[in-house]
Amino acid sequence: MARYLIARLGQALIVIVLVTVIAFVILHLLPGGAARATLGKEATLAQLAAFNHEMGYDRPLIQQYGMYVQRLLQGDLGYSYQLNQSVLEAIEQRLPKTMLLSLLSTLVAVVLAIPLGVLQAIRRNRWPDYAITALSLLAYATPIFFLGLMMIIVFSQVWPILPPEAPQGFTVAELLADPAGLVLPTATLAIVTIAVYARYVRSSMIDNLNENYVRTARSKGLSERRVVLRHTLRNGLFPVITLLGMYLPALFSGALVVESLFNFPGMGQLFWQAALKRDFPILLGVTVIISIATVVGALVADLLYAAVDPRVRLRGSAT
Amino acid sequence: MSTLSEAVGPAEPNDTPPRGLWRQGLIVFCENRLALVGLGLFVLLAAVCFLGPLVYQTDQVHTDLTAVYRAPGEQGHLLGTDGVGYDQLGRLMLGGQTSIIVGLAAGVLATIVGTLLGAIAGFFGGWVDAAVMRLVDAMMSIPSLFLFMLLAAIVTPSAPMLILIIGAFAWLGPARLVRGEALTLRSREYVQAMRGMGGTGGRAVRRHIIPNAIGTVIVNATFQVADAILYVAYLSFLGLGIPPPAANWGGMLSDGLADTYSGHWWLLYPPGIAIILIVLAFNFIGDGLRDAFEVRLRRR
Repeated sequence: MARYLIARLGQALIVIVLVTVIAFVILHLLPGGAARATLGKEATLAQLAAFNHEMGYDRPLIQQYGMYVQRLLQGDLGYSYQLNQSVLEAIEQRLPKTMLLSLLSTLVAVVLAIPLGVLQAIRRNRWPDYAITALSLLAYATPIFFLGLMMIIVFSQVWPILPPEAPQGFTVAELLADPAGLVLPTATLAIVTIAVYARYVRSSMIDNLNENYVRTARSKGLSERRVVLRHTLRNGLFPVITLLGMYLPALFSGALVVESLFNFPGMGQLFWQAALKRDFPILLGVTVIISIATVVGALVADLLYAAVDPRVRLRGSAT
Repeated sequence: MSTLSEAVGPAEPNDTPPRGLWRQGLIVFCENRLALVGLGLFVLLAAVCFLGPLVYQTDQVHTDLTAVYRAPGEQGHLLGTDGVGYDQLGRLMLGGQTSIIVGLAAGVLATIVGTLLGAIAGFFGGWVDAAVMRLVDAMMSIPSLFLFMLLAAIVTPSAPMLILIIGAFAWLGPARLVRGEALTLRSREYVQAMRGMGGTGGRAVRRHIIPNAIGTVIVNATFQVADAILYVAYLSFLGLGIPPPAANWGGMLSDGLADTYSGHWWLLYPPGIAIILIVLAFNFIGDGLRDAFEVRLRRR
C-alpha cells in the first residue's frame, strides 16, 4: 500500500506541475496579451511597453514561469484589476460555494443513480432498462443550460414553487440559509450526472452478475434478492468510486454553465465574468486551482478504491 | 438494398461461409434499429440544413427591422422571425450547417491527432509513452470547458478557430484508448514476427496498430462529434461563440434564452430540439458502431 501511495502521489505532483506549465504557456504565447487587456484599446505602444516591463512580461518566458511558480508557492496568485481584489481572495470566497454545489449534486446523483443502475442490470433488455437508458441519453444530449431553463420554466413559472435564481451570499452558511434556491441548480447539475453514473453502475453490475461467484451464490440456493444486494452490489459499486474521480472535470465544466445560468456565486461564475472581461490573472488562477482540485479529487478516489479493493493495490505495487 | 434484406433474414451459421469483418460489422449495425434511426436522423438534419436553403430561400445577411418577432406563419415566415428580422427557419438551416461542420471537423481532427499520438506512445513505450501520457493526464485535469473558455477569451472565435480549439484539446480521449490498444497489440505474435523480419516501428504503427484499433477509434469519433457540438453550444451560451451574422444552433439557443419570458417560443425550442436531435443521432450511431466493431461483445 505504501509503494502504491508514493507512486500515485508522485504522479499527481507531476501532473500539477504540468498543469501550471500548460496554463502559463497558453496565456503567454497567444496574441492579445495582458497589457492590451488591462490598459484598454486607447493605450499607446509606450504605455504597453511600460506595463509589460513593470509586470515582468518582457523577460524570457522561462524566467517569467520561474517567478510565477515562486509566487504561487507563496500563495500569491496575482491581482485582479477588474475586481480590485487579489486572485487568492476572490477564489477563497468562491471555491467553497462551488464545492458545495458539486458535492450536493454528486450526492443526489449517487443516491439516485445506484438504484437506477441496479434496476437496469437486473431488468436488462426489458422495459425498465430501455426507459432509463432513453431518459439518460436524453439528459446527456440536452445542453445543460437548456435543461436548466426548462427546470426554471416548469418549477418557477408554470408551477411556481422554487426561485429561479441561486441564493446570493458571501459564505456557504448564507447559501445554506436559503435551501430552496439551491434546489434548481443542484438538480440541473445532478440530472446529467445521474445519466452518466447510472449507465456506469448498470454495466459494472452486469459484468459482475456474469461472474463465477454469483453463479456459486445462486447454486447455493440463495434468493435472487440476496445474490444481488449482498453479493454483487458490493463488488459492482467499487468502480463507481473511481468514476467519482474521473468525472470531476466534467462536473466542474457543468458547474461552470450551471453557475452562469442560475447566477450562482461560485468559481464558474467568477471565471465566466473574467473571460468576458479578459481578466487574465483570474483566468489563470481559477484554471490552476480548479485543476489542482481535480487532481486531488482523483487522487483521493484512487486511494479510496485501493483501500476498499485489495486487488487494485496489489496490482499497483506489483508493477 | 438486396444485401440488406439478405442480412436481416435468418442466417444459418453452419452453412454460410465466414464473412469479412467489415461486412459482418455492417450487418450487426443494420440489425440495431436505434443505430439506423440515428443515421436516418443525421442524414435528415444534414439534408435539411444543406439542401433546404435551395428550396426555402431567405435573406440571412441583411437584417429587417420592419419584420421583427413575426409569429410562425406570418408573411410566409414558416417559423417566424427573430429580434432583428432574420427568418428563423432559414437561420436554423444556416446555423445547422455551422454546427454540423464544426462538430464533424473538430471530432475528426481530435480523432486523428489522438490516434497518432496514442499509437506512437503505446507502441514505443518507455519515455515517449511516459511523456505523452503525463501530458494527457495533465490536460485531462483541466476541465475542458475552462480550457476552451481560456482560449476563446484570447483569440477571437470563428468557425475554423473553434474547430482548432476543440480539436486541439479533445484528442486526449482517443489518445488514451489507442494507447491501450497499442500496448496489447504490440506483444501479439504477428507484430513480433513482422519486427523479427526487420519491419520498422513506423510500419508496425501504420499497418498493424492503427488498422486494429480503428474500430475503437471510429466509435469514439462519433461521440467526439456529439460532444463538440455541445461544447460549441456552451461557448455560445457563455458569450464566447461565433459572432453574428454567422449562426449556429448553440448561439441561436443562447439568444433564445432572452426570449423565454416574452412568449417568442419559436426562437427557443427549435434550436434546442435541433441540438438534442443531432447529439442523440451521433450517440445512437456510436452505440451501433460499437456493437458492430467490438467482436468480443458480438456473441452476447
